[in-house]
Amino acid sequence: MKYAAPTSVEEAQSLLAGDADAKVFAGATDLVPQMRAGRPEPSIAIDLKKIDRLMALGDNGGSWTIGAATPTSSLTGNGAFSGDLPGLSYAAGLIGSDQIQNRSSLGGNLCNASPAADSVPAMVVNDARAVIAGADGTRTIPVADVVTGPGSTCLGDGEFLVEIEVDKPTANTSDAYLRMIPRTEMDIAVVGAAARVTLDDSGNCTAATIALGAVAPTVVRVPDAETALVGGPISDESLAAVAAAASAACNPIDDKRGTIAYRRQVAGVLAKRAVLQAAERVQNGGAA
Amino acid sequence: MTATEERPDYKYVGTRPIRHDGLDKVIGKARYAADLVLPGMLHGHILRSPHAHAKIVSIDTSAAEAMPGVKSVVTGADFPDLGAAPNGDLAKNVIARDKVLYEGHAVAAVAAGTRREAMDAANAIVVNYEVLGHSLTIDQTMSPDAEILHDGLITRGIEPAPTEASNIVARTCFERGDIDQAFAESDVIVEREFSTTPIHQGYIEPHACVADTGQDGKTVVWCSSQGHFRVRSATADVLGWDTSRVKVIPAEIGGGFGGKTTIYLEPLAVEMSARSGRPVKIVMTRDEVFRATGPTPGSKLKLKVGAKNDGTITGVKAWMAYENGAFPGNAAMLGCMTVVSPYTMEHMYLEGFDVVLNKPVNAAYRAPSAPMAAFAMDTLLDEVAENIGMDPIEIRLHNCPSEGDPAPYGPKWPTIGLKECLEAIRDSDHYKSPVPENAGRGIASGFWFNIGEASSATVNLNENGTATVVTGSPDIGGSRASMALMAAEELGLDVYSITPVVGDTEVVGFTDVTEGSRATFATGMAVVEACRDLKMQLRQRASTAWDCDVEEVEWVDGHAVHSPGDHEALSLAAITAAAKRTGGPLGATASLNARGAGPAFSTHVVDIAVDKETGQTQVLRYTTAQDAGTAIHPSYVEGQMQGGVVQGIGWALNEEYIHDADGRMENSSFLDYRIPVASDLPMIETIIVEVPNPSHPYGVRGVGEVGIVPPLAAIANAVHDATGLRMSDLPMSPPRILAALGEAVE
Repeated sequence: MKYAAPTSVEEAQSLLAGDADAKVFAGATDLVPQMRAGRPEPSIAIDLKKIDRLMALGDNGGSWTIGAATPTSSLTGNGAFSGDLPGLSYAAGLIGSDQIQNRSSLGGNLCNASPAADSVPAMVVNDARAVIAGADGTRTIPVADVVTGPGSTCLGDGEFLVEIEVDKPTANTSDAYLRMIPRTEMDIAVVGAAARVTLDDSGNCTAATIALGAVAPTVVRVPDAETALVGGPISDESLAAVAAAASAACNPIDDKRGTIAYRRQVAGVLAKRAVLQAAERVQNGGAA
Repeated sequence: MTATEERPDYKYVGTRPIRHDGLDKVIGKARYAADLVLPGMLHGHILRSPHAHAKIVSIDTSAAEAMPGVKSVVTGADFPDLGAAPNGDLAKNVIARDKVLYEGHAVAAVAAGTRREAMDAANAIVVNYEVLGHSLTIDQTMSPDAEILHDGLITRGIEPAPTEASNIVARTCFERGDIDQAFAESDVIVEREFSTTPIHQGYIEPHACVADTGQDGKTVVWCSSQGHFRVRSATADVLGWDTSRVKVIPAEIGGGFGGKTTIYLEPLAVEMSARSGRPVKIVMTRDEVFRATGPTPGSKLKLKVGAKNDGTITGVKAWMAYENGAFPGNAAMLGCMTVVSPYTMEHMYLEGFDVVLNKPVNAAYRAPSAPMAAFAMDTLLDEVAENIGMDPIEIRLHNCPSEGDPAPYGPKWPTIGLKECLEAIRDSDHYKSPVPENAGRGIASGFWFNIGEASSATVNLNENGTATVVTGSPDIGGSRASMALMAAEELGLDVYSITPVVGDTEVVGFTDVTEGSRATFATGMAVVEACRDLKMQLRQRASTAWDCDVEEVEWVDGHAVHSPGDHEALSLAAITAAAKRTGGPLGATASLNARGAGPAFSTHVVDIAVDKETGQTQVLRYTTAQDAGTAIHPSYVEGQMQGGVVQGIGWALNEEYIHDADGRMENSSFLDYRIPVASDLPMIETIIVEVPNPSHPYGVRGVGEVGIVPPLAAIANAVHDATGLRMSDLPMSPPRILAALGEAVE
């Protein structure tokens, strides 16, 4: 296995394009455990952390640009970012331990394509976009379209993720992410639920997006739950409808981390609680 | 915090100095077995069985032997067949001979220049297996059509003896009175069936060793263990060597909890070192630790408890089956001996079954077999108390044994402190506080025997007036600090003037494994005895100097004092400085079989919140009271108490082995084998109870194990209080609790 540390997107792209067994990595917090577990080593491990653009966190006024290899600790440690997107910041902070936080990235969390990735549902509810580099320059697609199944993405040969763009929330809008793990940290989501809601001045919900993790091969949006919320106040009835819709939207598996029945039931509970938490944040002026 | 304060006025015993080995550990200077690097050292790797049960038809190592860097390849055929001789099963566990009995069972080992070369070569070994049916549960392995693990295994303890082999190792029975009469006289009878899964000890340091075998036919082994003398004898047995050819140097140990009282790697490293003429290191991965080293057993228990309306237990009937893993053991017998020990009763019928099945062979884990038994017993006692409307502490006090009562397993109880533990919890701030909203509170007690066994200590006085204390007990819980404190108390030396050392098998006398909570008790006794010998020598040196009878010399606070008062006191340093001129260096050795280990009891109270929508539990508050006899170093006593509780919490709530249909473990990592993390837990509050053990010079009982016994039942009882559910299958994980809540609703 060779190691390369290119300093530009173009250099990285040409290394990747020339070798079908080459692999890019950011913090390697998934790559190294996978190799230790017996997966084949890449021919070249391409370290993206020497490319400035991939390590940046940019405030564009109306949006944030997050370099694909930017450590999650720089997101959680940035007060402005965490104030704008408290749910996404919280989800980013759940990946691994404090030490891992200095290596893990939203880009890696997305491209590893685990159904249980914590940050992906939170990016999806915020309509985040993925900027992907390839031989012909870059293309931008919704984050929701990147993962196509467990361990697989829509990235073609020679393509890699450069950055993620997220618009700042409009007025009276906030997000939340919650996950179920049997412990309090250092674990992988059995169920994850993200919500973003917009409330008008009288407390009626005018827009909502809800996404679930770890309950299907890819992140699941729950349109029925979103419809149930829009047009009225956050009430016991609308929350019950959210829970029922979320449970119904699941397509989970039985595995060592949870059962189908458990994931289905808890997905409803967490979707409801995430909506409540996002709504509370709106009412508290966006603060956590 | 200490519950009883009536004891002699010690100067050092009972204080909390920083442990002598602490700084090295904090700055990373402590040397563990995996740290050792020797010139020319090879790296070993073990090929393990992918099957839960299979015959080994053939092994072809020729391709592996031809691979780059490979210096030695060994299989079971390279070791003697010990048959039924001592350590015969251990030998077959270290490396399989004709059959593999669990996934992860060692089949071959390779030593090569790098770990990578050794792994690649191991993968090139061709093993032909004939896969057999396997059993993963007690029900499966006890069923008449189960595949037999050991052809000659005839169940012991059944009359007349069975004529056909089975997977049932032994039936044990403890009987007192007439159990049918007990239930006939009972106002309340409760019975349930319980199950627990195997639990790994979860030490952070994986097993590791380095062996260097010379052309003189002798070997030196550096390894992490709880007892290097047992490593020496077991390694020699497996190799078919005389014990004196093996020297074992204890490395610093990164956790054991009972799991490092046996061997896995050492004979393989020694043999490959002998064949290659090079030192060989083998270090397990976490995956290997989970698949191949000892869990404490899973169990299936049926208990029936009868009681009168005033809370008096009339009798207990128990059917208790314990997994032994792949080779026979005595887990169920220990379960029978501990299950009702915290209670008095006239009638009992306790029946135990030890069974083998296709999982790694059991290794000890803090108070082996007692936690599962207490889980069943103390859950049912809680149910009795609930049925008759009695406080859970009061019912335990009502049935509490005291000195002279017959213990369920035979002898009469010596001085014990269970009543004091119950009273300490009853009077605690925790128990007096209201139960938090949306939470429940649970109580349970536990018992463990504690043991004595053989120990040796050598104490040498240095020319500058300091002392070196050498013992044969690996320090797994702060025992070096305890040894230093007892020596300081005896000699009247500052505790930091004493250097406690764990000596290798050739510098200190034979010492049994650090197990049974025995190190501070038994090895401490040897240290005290050696120090008392030294004090006599010191008094004699003074009496010679003063030309008086030794009876006129007292040893007071580190000084020889002439009781008639004719001479100025002589300090220990003054005597050692002159030692060469007054008869030579001063040193003493004691070797003994420690008698009179003091039984340990503990009572716990816990508050648990349950999220009824997710099944998630949260431990809000936990208080443990435990009889330490005398706490030599209270901080390390508290550490043992807290450690036992935390491991019990993991056992109760989330830890479990998950196997696929072929018997392969699916969660062999700390990610998916969920021991508690720090943020899961509140600070565990401790109340040290001190009812001194009259058989020890300082009253020590031993504190390492009993703390893990009560948590399973205490937590189950708290979950019941919070939800109304009686959880009788462990772990009480969120899916299990949510499913039970759902069934309760339906």
